[in-house]
Amino acid sequence: MSAALEVGQVVADVTVTLSRDSLVRYAGASGDFNPIHYRDDVAASVGLPGVIAHGMLTMGTAVAPVVDWLGGPEAPGAGGWVVDYQAKFTRPVVVDPTDGAEVSLTATVAETDPEAKTARVDLTVKFADKTVLGKAQVRVAWA
Amino acid sequence: MSVNPALLGRVFPPVSPYLVGREKIREFARATRSSAPLALDPEAARAAGFRDVVAPPTFAIVVQEKTLEQLLESPDSGIDFARVVHGDQRFSYTRPIVAGDELTATLTVTSVKTLGGHSMVTAESVLVDGDGEHVVTAVSTLVVRGDE
Repeated sequence: MSAALEVGQVVADVTVTLSRDSLVRYAGASGDFNPIHYRDDVAASVGLPGVIAHGMLTMGTAVAPVVDWLGGPEAPGAGGWVVDYQAKFTRPVVVDPTDGAEVSLTATVAETDPEAKTARVDLTVKFADKTVLGKAQVRVAWA
Repeated sequence: MSVNPALLGRVFPPVSPYLVGREKIREFARATRSSAPLALDPEAARAAGFRDVVAPPTFAIVVQEKTLEQLLESPDSGIDFARVVHGDQRFSYTRPIVAGDELTATLTVTSVKTLGGHSMVTAESVLVDGDGEHVVTAVSTLVVRGDE
């Protein structure tokens, strides 16, 4: 990790569309088959506005660009990895059967510790202009 | 039906070891839109010093899920699966998960709260490898929505 990393630096800024297909794919990959993620009737019966994305799909998708950055040429050094990752699920991401859900992600360096070779990257994750992950923090470390 | 407060402090038996498969990591990486060569390409992972492909940071949920099933399926838990939404989640790693790892997970219920009509259950799952060394601690808070 070099001194090149600065607080406030944006390391990823992307928009991802989650479709019903994404939800089915994630259900299979993760083993989370809660029907609120694929059945409109079940979602409605528990008072949800529609089928919602797995919180873990949103959380997993949100960190992927950070992992890509760590392994790419823009990273401040080789061997960077995610040591700690946390998030609160503050709002559901409602996935329209036709249009899906557009989720935007910005990852910003919030803290650096050059001696410990660690940094904290904060994620801003929004759906329909509202934040869906709270206190979404990724701690990265370099070997 | 409400969540059984007596769940607090309960430690469940370790689930049978989970063998982390290369294709499972790749499937999970694709499902979460990762294009990281370390997660997808065994050669890239080996070149970086790993035995095999490296799991994305949230992959531990796959193993943790087995422990959460124990909790949700407990006859006395009082948790209605269809009313469960995820409140928050944290993963704290000692080292990354790599294909070939054999992970054993043990869940402890660390908090049970009721707020308004909803209940919140926090469960901590500790994952250790075949040598008994700590790999990751995964903490979930589940919100059980009350009757409207």
